[in-house]
Amino acid sequence: MEQHVRADLRGVEPERRHNRLGRTLSPYLLGGPAILWLVVFFLVPLVTMLSLSIQTCDTFTLACKLTWHFGEFPDVISKFGDTFVRSFIYAGAATFATLVVSFPVAYWIAFRAKRKNFFLLLLLLPFFVSFVIRTTAWQFLLSDQGIVLGTLKDHHLLPQSFHVLATGWAVIAGLAYNYLPFTALPLYVALERIDRHVLEASHDLYANRRVAFTRVVLPLSIPGIFAAFLLTFVPASGDYVNAAILGGTNNLMIGNIIQNRFLLLPDYPAASALSVILMVMMLVGIALYSKVLGSRTIEEYV
Amino acid sequence: MTDQQQPVDPALWRGLTHARTSRRGFLRAAGVGAGALSLSSILAACGTAGVSSSSAAANGVGSAEWWAQQPETKTLNYANWPYYIDVAHGKHPSIEQFQQSTGITVDYTEPINDNQPFFTKIRGDLQAGNYVGYDVIVLTNNDIPLGQMIELGWAVPLDHSRMTNFAKYASPLVKDPSWDPGNTYTMAWQSGYTCIGYNTKYIKEDITSIQSLFDPKYSGHIGMMGIAVELGAVGLLAIGVDPAASTPDDWAKAAETLSAQKPLVRSYYDQDYIKALKNEDIWISMVWSGDVFQASAYQGYDTLKAVIPDEGGMLWTDNQLIPVGVENPVAAMTFMDYVYDPQVQALIEDYNAYVCPVPAAKPIIANQLKDPTVANSPTVFPDTQMVARSKPYYQFQNSADFDQWNNTFGPIFEG
Repeated sequence: MEQHVRADLRGVEPERRHNRLGRTLSPYLLGGPAILWLVVFFLVPLVTMLSLSIQTCDTFTLACKLTWHFGEFPDVISKFGDTFVRSFIYAGAATFATLVVSFPVAYWIAFRAKRKNFFLLLLLLPFFVSFVIRTTAWQFLLSDQGIVLGTLKDHHLLPQSFHVLATGWAVIAGLAYNYLPFTALPLYVALERIDRHVLEASHDLYANRRVAFTRVVLPLSIPGIFAAFLLTFVPASGDYVNAAILGGTNNLMIGNIIQNRFLLLPDYPAASALSVILMVMMLVGIALYSKVLGSRTIEEYV
Repeated sequence: MTDQQQPVDPALWRGLTHARTSRRGFLRAAGVGAGALSLSSILAACGTAGVSSSSAAANGVGSAEWWAQQPETKTLNYANWPYYIDVAHGKHPSIEQFQQSTGITVDYTEPINDNQPFFTKIRGDLQAGNYVGYDVIVLTNNDIPLGQMIELGWAVPLDHSRMTNFAKYASPLVKDPSWDPGNTYTMAWQSGYTCIGYNTKYIKEDITSIQSLFDPKYSGHIGMMGIAVELGAVGLLAIGVDPAASTPDDWAKAAETLSAQKPLVRSYYDQDYIKALKNEDIWISMVWSGDVFQASAYQGYDTLKAVIPDEGGMLWTDNQLIPVGVENPVAAMTFMDYVYDPQVQALIEDYNAYVCPVPAAKPIIANQLKDPTVANSPTVFPDTQMVARSKPYYQFQNSADFDQWNNTFGPIFEG
C-alpha cells in the first residue's frame, strides 16, 4: 500500500496511463449490465421470433425447422387483416379518449393545483391494483343484470336487451381506462415544464386566456402529447386482456390471435409472423410520426 | 354393466402416432446441417427439437427395476384443475385424511385451466428432463397434450403393484380406456360431459335439443366455447354427425352452421362461461356438466340447469399421470390410487359432481353423506340411457388432421 502511494507520488505518468485506459473502457463497463440485459431479454427473443416466423413446425411434436417459408406472412395478413385494422381502430379510439380525458386533468394539476403530488398520487392510486383484476371488476360492474345496468333496467330506463359488454365500445372503454396513466403522466410532465414566464409574456402581449392556451400552452405541450400517444397507442394495439374480458364475438384484437396461436393451437410460425408484422407496423408508424415531430422529443419524454 | 360399457366407444381418442421415426431422422439431419455460424444457422438454432433424451422409456424410467429403487418420500406436489376436489372449512378433507394416514405432506395446487397452455409451460422442463414442480398432473383425453406426453415419452409408466384400489373399484368407463390401453400411464381423475346449460329464469321451456343453442330467440345470450375441439364437436352434433366418425367434409359443413350462428352468440368462452352464466349475461351455453351442478347445488345459482341433449353429450375424461423428472413417484402412486378408495372418492365426488370413476361411491354418498341429489344424478353416475347418449370425440390421425380441424373451426372464434 505504502509502496503504491510512493510510486504515485514519484510521477504522474503511470496514473495518467491508467486513467486513459479506464476512460476508454468505462462506457462499456458502465453500459455492460444494460447491454447484457438487452441481449438476453431483447435481442435473443427477437431473433428467435424472426426465426420462428419462417420455420415450419409440427403441431404434435412441436419440432420446428428453418425452411425459409415466408408464406406465413401473406397467409396471416389475408386471414387476420381485418383484426389488424380493428386493433388499430380500437387502440386509436382509446388513445384519443384518454387524451381528451386526461389533458384537462394534467393541465389542472400542472397549473392550478396546490398539492400536485397528492393529486398525482390520486390519479395513480387505482393502478396499484392488478390490471386483470381491474378489468374483471368492470366486467362485473357492467354485466347485463349487474349493479348498473340491472338497476336501470329494473326502473325501465333501459330496454331489457341493452348491453354494454361484448361490444367494441366496452373494449375501447376498457383500453382507455387501463392506459390512462400512460397518457396523463407524460402530459403532466410536458405541461409542468412550460416556463411560466412565457405565459406571462403572452399576456403582456395582449393574449387573452384562450389565445394564450392555443398559441402557447398547446404548442409547447405537443411533445407530451406525442409521448402520451406512443405510450398508450403502442401497448393498446397489442393488448388482449380487455378484448378477452370485455369483448364479444367480433371484438378480438390482434393480441388475442397471437395469444391463441402461441398457447392454444399451438401455431408458433403464425404467431411469430403476426408479432413481427405488428412490430414492423409500429416501428414504421413511429418513424413516420417522429419524422413529423422530431426525434428529440422521443428521447426526452419516452 | 355391459350395457354401460358398450356404447362408450373405446376409440375415444388416441395420441397422434404417425410418422414419428421419420420426423426424428429429419430433425437429426437438421441439427447436423446447422454447421457454420451464418445467419441461417443462427436462425435455425432457434428451432425446437421435438424429441429429446428425457424420454422415460429411453432411461428405463417406470420399469419394475426403476420402481423398486424409488425411495418413499414424504412430500407430494399435485397439479389439478380448479373446483375439482372437496372443500370444507378452507381445507380438503380427503387430503387431510391422506396426510394423517400416510405421513405424506401434499401440496395440492390448481394451476391447470386449459390443457394446451399448461403443457406449453411445463414443456421446456420435460424436454430437459427436469422436475416440472409437480409429481402428478391431470390432462384431458380430448386435447392433444395427453397424447403428446405419452407419445413423446414424458409420462412415467405406472407401478401396477400400487394400484390395488383402482383394480378393485374403477368404473369400466375409465378402466383400460382407448386413450391409454391397460392404464399404462394414467388413472382417471373424473370424467364429464360437454353439454348444454341454461338459466330457467329466462328460458321457461325444457331444453332437449342442441338446436336450442342456435335459436334466434336467445340471440345475444348464447355462449359457445372458444376451444376448437369442443366447438367443432358440438357443431358436428348439431348437423347430426357423430363427431368420432366425421370427415373433413362434415367439419366444413359444421363450421358453416357455426358461422351462421355467430351473430347470435354473445362470446366464445373458455371456463369463463360459468361466470357469464352466473352473471346472467348468457342464458344458454355450451357447458361442462360439473360446473353447472356445483353452481346450482352449492353456490346458490339454483336456476341454472345442465342437460344432455337428445343429440348426445360429449364425454371426456381427465387423467392423472406422472411426468418425467418426478421427485416423489411413490407418493404420487399412493395418492393416485388412494382416490379410488370409495370412501375417499365419495368425499371428492360429492363436491365436484362430475362423472364418478368409482361406482361404489354411490351408496356412500347416498347413505353416509346423505346427498341423494348427487347420488341419483344421471350425469354423476350415468344410467344406461345416459351412457347411450355419451359421444366420444373425434380421434386425430396425425398433425395434419389436427391442423385441418383447427383451421376449420378456429376462424369461427378467431374472427
